[in-house]
Parts: sequence; structure tokens; C-alpha cells
Amino acid sequence: MSLMDLTAVQLGKMIREKELTAVEATEDALSQISLYDSTYHSFISVDEDGAIKRAKKVQEKIDSGILTGPLAGVPVGIKDNLFVKGMKNTCGSKMLKDFYPAYSATTVLNLEAAGAVIIGKTNMDECSIGSTTESSAFFTTKNPLDIECVPGGSSGGSAAAVAGKECSYALGSDTGGSIRQPAAFCGLTGLKPSYGRVSRYGLVAYASSFDQIGPISRDVTDCATIMEILASYDENDSMSIKREDNNFTKALINDVRGMKIGLAKGFFGTGVEPDVKAAVFSAIEILRNKGAIIEEFDLSNLEYGVHIYHIIAAAEASSNLARFDGVNYGYRSKEFDGYNDMYYKSRSQGFGMDVKKKIVLGSFVLSAENYEKYYKKALKARKLLNESFSKAFKKYDVILGPTTATTAPKLGDKSSNIMGDYYTIPANLLGLPAITVPCGLDSMNLPIGLQLIGNHFQESTIIRVAYTYEQARGEIL
Amino acid sequence: MISNADLLSKLEFSEKEREAVDRYMNSMIEFLDTLNELDTENVEAMSHILLGESVFREDIIRNFSDRETLLSNAPDRKNGYFRVPKTID
Repeated sequence: MSLMDLTAVQLGKMIREKELTAVEATEDALSQISLYDSTYHSFISVDEDGAIKRAKKVQEKIDSGILTGPLAGVPVGIKDNLFVKGMKNTCGSKMLKDFYPAYSATTVLNLEAAGAVIIGKTNMDECSIGSTTESSAFFTTKNPLDIECVPGGSSGGSAAAVAGKECSYALGSDTGGSIRQPAAFCGLTGLKPSYGRVSRYGLVAYASSFDQIGPISRDVTDCATIMEILASYDENDSMSIKREDNNFTKALINDVRGMKIGLAKGFFGTGVEPDVKAAVFSAIEILRNKGAIIEEFDLSNLEYGVHIYHIIAAAEASSNLARFDGVNYGYRSKEFDGYNDMYYKSRSQGFGMDVKKKIVLGSFVLSAENYEKYYKKALKARKLLNESFSKAFKKYDVILGPTTATTAPKLGDKSSNIMGDYYTIPANLLGLPAITVPCGLDSMNLPIGLQLIGNHFQESTIIRVAYTYEQARGEIL
Repeated sequence: MISNADLLSKLEFSEKEREAVDRYMNSMIEFLDTLNELDTENVEAMSHILLGESVFREDIIRNFSDRETLLSNAPDRKNGYFRVPKTID
């Protein structure tokens, strides 16, 4: 038994009650990493000395009564696109393989202020573009529940680190499902906050109108606890919203009587695997038995979500990735002929093919002759989808469906389905909060995720439904 | 059409990569053209999720304190500057 088998909140409680120290917890995490990470490859960098030093400082503050929070002394993994000062930040890319940020992300500072012990940076799809973590320039991460399968992506390293018991929880980022999908594939709880809830300062941008940072955790209680630390108003993020309702642990209420849950028909189509459907239907029954009012409804324009997403995400990515030009930081080619050639060579050599394809598509949809037909069209379609969801939320508290259509595919499976993100992207497109909780296993014992989408800033609502379900569901893994 | 996107992207491709990019672009464009089915006549473009006013700050210079770390990531530097190929003849 390792301390990493406990939830973050359970471990935090033991530390607070002096049953063990932050140093012991950190040493346990590091020991797990040395035992298992050569198999899982969750981490790009592990800061052993730094973590122990940090744990000692945190323990001093716990002893003197300065740090009293629920996660003080608990070891955490951070996705390698979130700045931690003093640690490399690669974004899983050759472009940034030796890059050291000069400041820490606001979410990282929030965690550190709460006494978190950061032990390492986790693997990811290059520049957050991908859904299996296989496009990392460095190595592939394996799903700890079946090492022949992917952990999901782009926050695959974070999910694998938590599922593989290498740390107690991790941070990921979610632009099209990159927290929720790997959490679902690895049997974990992941939450993408409402856009504007959590500061993006210190997160390397992929698609600026979609990106959010959130927890990948063992259960809903951990998730809510971590969210309270992450959420804050930050003037360094122009889209950060000042909210008075960041007390998410108050939402851990075991009661859904009278709550209205909508089943969008589009989320239960033929694309969903039978095992996944069965597990989600069982979850629906559990919630029904707990008093929720659940019914099917038509969510119009849902089928265009993926199209809208791909256009806008590519457009924004091509803009955000234009900063990587070999001038001030990142990869610069060794041989080139003049500055313009330096840009071409550095970018072409520094980025992998998936990133380059995305940049070309983005440039295409933003180019003068295509702007109206694709980019502008997508923005208008987004408005229509927003109206559909607004209409739905007038009637329902929560919209429920599977997080993914399938369980984790095998590593190297090239039969990628563009519709794979269909279930997760609406929440990104419209800035809605969404949570995934495990709801079963398929015939190969691979985890299945249940997704709950809430209205803007209704994290409390989805946390409450998720918590009630989780308590009634019992143990799965 | 596609090479224009390369110019905007500042990316160059080998022959094999070019084929892969062309395949990708052709299949994506075919897929994305489905959006034409949707009637968006008289619909406003939604470029922001959170409607509101632009966020401003005071026009006060705030110099970043850790110049050395910023420069330490430079591919090439000299005397506190980033060194780059000549840009003006």
C-alpha cells in the first residue's frame, strides 16, 4: 500500500492530523515514480531535490500553524504547458525542449500558497494538440490500467500520473476535452471550469477562447477541493471573471431530488459503444432513483460542434503559435539564410507534423479568400449552438451524456475518428463547466466516463450531481 | 490555395510531408464544408463567450524584474540583447 493510493483530501487530513509529514508523502510519491514511471512515462521532468526541499518548508509552515488547508503537503503533478518557475516547460515539443519560464502560472502560485508540493511536469500531446499524448516529441505515455492503451490526451501524462499512483492529483488543461477525456480513459474525475473561472496566466496558449486549467483527481471531493484553490480573479488574464461563488466544497451535497437532468439525444447516437451506453444508462437509473427528473430532449445544431471547433481552434492555434520563430526563445535552426529563412527552418524543424498541419489549416481559414466561408461562418454557427444550449438550460440544471464514445484505444491505433471530441467540445465552444466521473468498465476492464455539463458558472450544480452519483455508485476500480 | 497557407504559416515541407499536408487539408476542407448546411443568414458572429466590455489597465510601465532568465532562453544573445540575423540591408 502506498500513500498515493489515498485521495488527496485523505492524505491532506493525515498530514494535518500529524499522522505523517509532507516529506514522507513526497518521498512516497517519488518512490512510486522511480518504481513505475519507466513503464508509464507520465513525467517529462521530476524535481526530486526541489520537491523534498519544498516539502520540508511546507511541513515547517504546517507545524507553525501557518498552513492549515486541506491539501497542504500533498504531492501534485503539473502538465508541462503550465509554468513552474525553476522547472523546464516543454509543451511536449522540441520547440521548447530546454525552455525555462521566468515566472510561475497563477494556478501554480495558488497551489503553492495552499502548501502543494509540486513533484514534476507531466507529458502531453505536443502544444496540447492531440487526444492520445502520442504526439509528444519525447515519448509516449501508457495508460496505467492497460499499458497497451493510450491514457488519452492532451493531458495524458497528468491522468497517467494520478491513475498510476505516482502523485495524489494533477493539473491539466482543456481546450477540446483534454482534461475530461484522459480522466475518463484512466478512471478518474476531471473538471473543466467555466471559461473565466480559473486564470490562464502562465498557461501556454493553444486556443485562447477555449483554454481552461482544471484538476484531474481521484474523486469528486478532491476535485471540488482543488478547484477552490485554483479559482481566483486575476488581472493578468483579461478574461478572468471576479466571482463570489468559488466555494465548491459546499456543493458536495448528496441530494438531487427535483433536479432536472437533460439527455441530449445527439449524445446517445450510434457512435457510442454498447458498453459505454450501458454504463451511462446505469448511471441514469441511479440518479433517477435518487430523485432526479431525467428526460431526453433535442439539442439542435449539436452535430456541427466538431466543425465549428476545428475551424476556430485551428485559427486561434495558428495565431498563438506564430510567436515561435526562433528569435527570443525556443528552437532556432542551426543553418539558415537570412531571418525569413530562420523563421521557416526553425518552425518547420521545431514543430511536429500534427502541430504543423493545424497551423496550416488555421492560416487557411483565416486567409482573406476563406475568412468569410470558414472562420466567420464558424463564429455564427457558434452563436446558434449557444442559443440551443441556453434554451436547454432554461429547462434543465444539467446536461448528461458519455464523456467519450469509446474506451481508451490501443497505442498506435491510427484509426482516429474526428468525431471523437464530439462530446467534450461543446463545453469548450461555449465556456460551460463540465465534469467527468467514472461510471463503469467495459468488457476489457477499461474505464468509462459520465459527463455532466452545466450552465455558465454552475460548477456547484455539476459537482452536486456528480457527488450524489459517485456516493450512490460505490467502488468501480 | 494551400501554398498560400504555407506562406502565412511560415512552414516548409519535404515532398513526403507535402503529400501528408495536402491529404489532411483536402479531407478537412471536405469535412468542414458540411457547415454550409447550416443557415446562418442574419446570425451575428460570436467571437466572445462572455459578452462584456473590453478590459483596460492603467498605462503605467511595469518592467519585468527577471531579465536574466528571459535572456537565458535566447538562442543567441550579446550584451543583454537577443542576437538575430540582419534584417535591414
